[in-house]
Amino acid sequence: MLEIKNLSVAVEGKEILHNVNLTVNTGETHVLFGPNGSGKTTLLMTIMGFPKYRVTKGTIAFKGTDITHASVDERARLGIGLSFQRPPVVRGVKTRDMVFAALKEKDKPEMVDTLAKDTNLEEFLDRDINYGFSGGEIKRSELMQLLAQRPDLVLLDEPESGVDLENIALIGRLINELLEKGSKIRVRSSMGLIITHTGHILDYVHARNGYIMLDGSISCMGDPHEILAEIKEKGYEECARCVFRSARYVT
Amino acid sequence: MSRSIKPAENYKEKARTAATKKATMGEDIDLTSYTRSAEEHPYQKDPSKLPRVTKNQMLSAGIMLDDPTQRTGTFIQIDNTPIHSSVKQDGVEVMPVSEAMKKYDWLGDYYWKAVPVDTDKYTASVELGQNDGYFIRTQPGTKTDFPVQACLYLSKAKLAQNVHNIIIAEENSELHIITGCTTSLGNEPGMHLGVSEFYIKKGAKITFTMIHSWNPEFAVRPRTAAIIEDNGLFLSNYVLMKPVKSLQMNPIARCNGENATARFNSILVALPESNMDVGSRVFLNGKGARTEIISRAITTGGHITARGYIEGNAPEVKGHLECRGLILDNRGTIHAIPELKGTLAGIDLYHEAAIGKIAEEEVEYLMARGLTRDEATATIVRGFLHVDIEGLPPMLNQELQRAVKVSEQDFM
Ligand SMILES: Nc1ncnc2c1ncn2[C@@H]1O[C@H](COP(=O)(O)OP(=O)(O)OP(=O)(O)O)[C@@H](O)[C@H]1O
Ligand SMILES: [Mg+2]
Repeated sequence: MLEIKNLSVAVEGKEILHNVNLTVNTGETHVLFGPNGSGKTTLLMTIMGFPKYRVTKGTIAFKGTDITHASVDERARLGIGLSFQRPPVVRGVKTRDMVFAALKEKDKPEMVDTLAKDTNLEEFLDRDINYGFSGGEIKRSELMQLLAQRPDLVLLDEPESGVDLENIALIGRLINELLEKGSKIRVRSSMGLIITHTGHILDYVHARNGYIMLDGSISCMGDPHEILAEIKEKGYEECARCVFRSARYVT
Repeated sequence: MSRSIKPAENYKEKARTAATKKATMGEDIDLTSYTRSAEEHPYQKDPSKLPRVTKNQMLSAGIMLDDPTQRTGTFIQIDNTPIHSSVKQDGVEVMPVSEAMKKYDWLGDYYWKAVPVDTDKYTASVELGQNDGYFIRTQPGTKTDFPVQACLYLSKAKLAQNVHNIIIAEENSELHIITGCTTSLGNEPGMHLGVSEFYIKKGAKITFTMIHSWNPEFAVRPRTAAIIEDNGLFLSNYVLMKPVKSLQMNPIARCNGENATARFNSILVALPESNMDVGSRVFLNGKGARTEIISRAITTGGHITARGYIEGNAPEVKGHLECRGLILDNRGTIHAIPELKGTLAGIDLYHEAAIGKIAEEEVEYLMARGLTRDEATATIVRGFLHVDIEGLPPMLNQELQRAVKVSEQDFM
């Protein structure tokens, strides 16, 4: 379970997130909507633990442990994984090295090639990570690394934006695979928190809740399909005025 | 040592006039504090019989003696004595340069023809000291199956080793060389002066991979130049990741032929107290000539000057210069000096230079995959030192990467 309580976050001295509360139970996937610059990426980066995102108030707990001040690698080893919206290029570090670094089952190095095949990135393994990758290739590469890492909490920052129609099905399938871990016994142990603008991802994963982030606060919670329909119909402007929703969420 | 080259007297004369001429770069080394003489070492027919410690030291510089199946030929010089030279492929010659002098009277056409004897006191010292060196040559059309390895080894304290190497790839031949220069002296001073003259004939190719492994008291002054004819290729890789007191070199490639190509890759790591000034100069004199100069410099406390110079003097030439430096310790400094000169229209030269520390964002990206901070940093440093070398046979590339990997352990 991921439990975020009264979380406020500042970046470079400026408060971006204000009093965010959010709980993802084991086995659940939640979806985060919100306009550009509203703080969605900030929330995911904070959960992952990047020091630039300074927690000024509140707590983050994962699997019953307070991780508010844990380092990035501690969180990764605890089972949190993030697909970056804009990962950095690391010159000289090969994609193969990244996938292997992420690989949970280090005794199965052949997995690296298998995953590259699954994500249609075989030719990228010997290229510098993210160097000259297209938008869609970055998305697949991020998922490939997460598939190696097998996190219990999967944080996906716009996994489908910039992805063409053909690849979107592939991405959807890969995300499902990430989230459906242990599905053989029909008990899902993994959790997901996915940022999306288009909502395409809802066609592939079963999402329990949707949220709208507005100006650094979560302003509404509900059925993700319904929320998406409302956003499409009325836009975020309307959403900001929707006192009912925010009232319902706050209580 | 007797040499049968006629104009040699002239060179001696010229050398004497330059005997105190300071180099234009690098700190001045007092040559009088070194000796030129060393006792002779016995010839070794089977170099695998050398003492284990010696072989290990040579191995650290890429010289393999226990299993020479991966080598086309071997040359070993200890102090002033060539103790072994052998070759097992027709059309490839490996011998002490003194022997080649006796054998070929035409060698005068190559002797001090790429590197002027009066360049500075160090080239002068090589002519006046004459402690041999190697001669490696491929006959027209011959391609070496495996690299030829050459080891210049210093075992006597305070010796200045003066070697003169001549390397010739005749037309359409292909010659791969791995050179290891190293010493058995743990912390005692020594000096290595090496002149290397490369001649790459039409359509020929030389790859030259040089690994240096010295000690904190060593002064090193290599003087190298290559002359490349039509469609020839000179590919030079240089690795120095071990301590050195003072090293300065600025090899020259003259791409005189049409479409002649020169590529230099340097991997430099300066540990505390190490001082290195390493550059590469390429003159694009033939139409369509090309070059790429790439250097990676890391300091963990020492000083590095990383130079690069490309001059375009002919139509349709292209050159790219890339210097990247990483400062891992505040005591260290890196000074990158990339230079371009064009003397006519229609040339295409550019350079990139960057010095910095490891980007925090990159470290954190790797940490998000579960690596600790130290592991992430090491991975990035390793990646920084990894240069994909185009045109180097896979085997040599692997050996180069292995040499880099072994040395990494010293500073990471
Ligand atoms: N390093 C920074 N310095 C200053 N402001 C920052 C910094 N990083 C983020 N911000 C600001 O924080 C706000 C939230 O950014 P964030 O990236 O979380 O938005 P987002 O909801 O993910 O937007 P998008 O949909 O465009 O990805 C923005 O106004 C952004 O400019
Ligand atoms: Mg974002």
